[in-house]
Amino acid sequence: MVLHLFYFLVFPGLLFAGIVGGLLSWFDRKVTAWVQFRRGPVLMQPFYDVMKLLLVKETIVPARGSVITFLAAPVAGLFGASVSAVLILLPAFGISAGFRGDIIVIFYLLTIPSLSWAIGALASANPLAAVGASREIKLLIGFELTLLLIFAAVILKSGMTISLYEIIALQQENRVLAGSLSGILLFVAMIFCVQAKMGMVPFDIAEAETELSEGAFIEFSGPPYALIKITKYIMLFVLTALVAVLLLGGLPVDGISLLWSLLKILSVALLLVLIRNTNPRVKIGQAMRFFFIWMNGLVIIAIILSYFGL
Amino acid sequence: MKKSLWLFHFGGASCNNCDIEILACLNPRFDVERFGMLLVGSPRHADVILVNGSINKKGKERLVEVYHQAAKPCLVVAIGACGCTGGIFAEGDTFAGPVDNIIPVDAYIPGCPPKPEAILAGLAKLVEAKFGKKKIPSPDHTKKIDENEIVENEIVTNEKVTLKK
Repeated sequence: MVLHLFYFLVFPGLLFAGIVGGLLSWFDRKVTAWVQFRRGPVLMQPFYDVMKLLLVKETIVPARGSVITFLAAPVAGLFGASVSAVLILLPAFGISAGFRGDIIVIFYLLTIPSLSWAIGALASANPLAAVGASREIKLLIGFELTLLLIFAAVILKSGMTISLYEIIALQQENRVLAGSLSGILLFVAMIFCVQAKMGMVPFDIAEAETELSEGAFIEFSGPPYALIKITKYIMLFVLTALVAVLLLGGLPVDGISLLWSLLKILSVALLLVLIRNTNPRVKIGQAMRFFFIWMNGLVIIAIILSYFGL
Repeated sequence: MKKSLWLFHFGGASCNNCDIEILACLNPRFDVERFGMLLVGSPRHADVILVNGSINKKGKERLVEVYHQAAKPCLVVAIGACGCTGGIFAEGDTFAGPVDNIIPVDAYIPGCPPKPEAILAGLAKLVEAKFGKKKIPSPDHTKKIDENEIVENEIVTNEKVTLKK
């Protein structure tokens, strides 16, 4: 029991994933600044932001909306992100074997943040937040099927095992899944799914700073917004780790392979940031079409290829 | 809070010169993000409200509303001649007073328009005055504004505004 609480609150869960995610978020902002020939923020900037929101700012609750739902939504999102961090990172670091079928649980847990943000936004009774929330849900419908197909393809490629630990072990014995033709297709689709899940620029339709002014998050202020920020940091780390676990052979931490794990995380994050910085925002219909037709097609081709052993 | 000021830009009836100079602070040459400052889209996230342009009778209601929507503690910076004093509009018919007659202002950045360097220097001085070791007295208000007066002035269009009375 104590060990489980430690897993959830300290080591791969809330604290560790929050800190590493904060550093990754700094990496994101710094690389963005470099792309635009700027200097960019200091290393501790994400933590300054969160501390300010958490300790200094007041919480404003909507007078018309449902206060309890509004305040519970960020907590639920943070819970979903930290539990998925535990379930993904423990097998990834090789600490525990997880349980049979955890890959399916992870898929559902990763949906909780987006879903809870949409519920919180709808509870705030703000029209802009409502538009943001409806876009968030539409986007969720768009990319979730692709993500599910990717999970299915990974399960098929690793010989019908539904345990994350066995998938990693299989990749470390043979070769990484992204090393084959179908694996490369899966990697491309996975990167776009992560991009949409993080709400990064080609798919930041739900927060659309210029027209919806932060969309779903418009009403959140002070500590609830700090929780949303921490959730975003954790999700950034967890999703890059998920790409590394499913397709790039896990994140072993013993000896020199720690360096490789770090390199995997950073290069996936770098890819995400570069896509974010070189693309305009798409419309919601374009995003849905992109996922429904192109990405689903890509993954189905990958599944067919992997059936023939490519 | 000192190291992470999020800016919310309120443009009154501005001639757009100050707006452009504020946006110039975000570009690669001046880059306010290296001080941890970000331009945010919602007043709920704002730590500093930048007000520029002359405030006319219509804009006054909006300014008061935005001020109440911002999560406190929240600083206000008046930018440009129009924001500080009213500039050439000071005697106009529809002019509703410089910013400090409507909401309490923490810093003034004069100029028509102020250069981006001046805006950065003004923000740096604001941080120094509010959070630094050396206490710089904040500007004197010739006309003291109390919170109740602001509330009376407000026309409640958005009922979500929560007031701490």
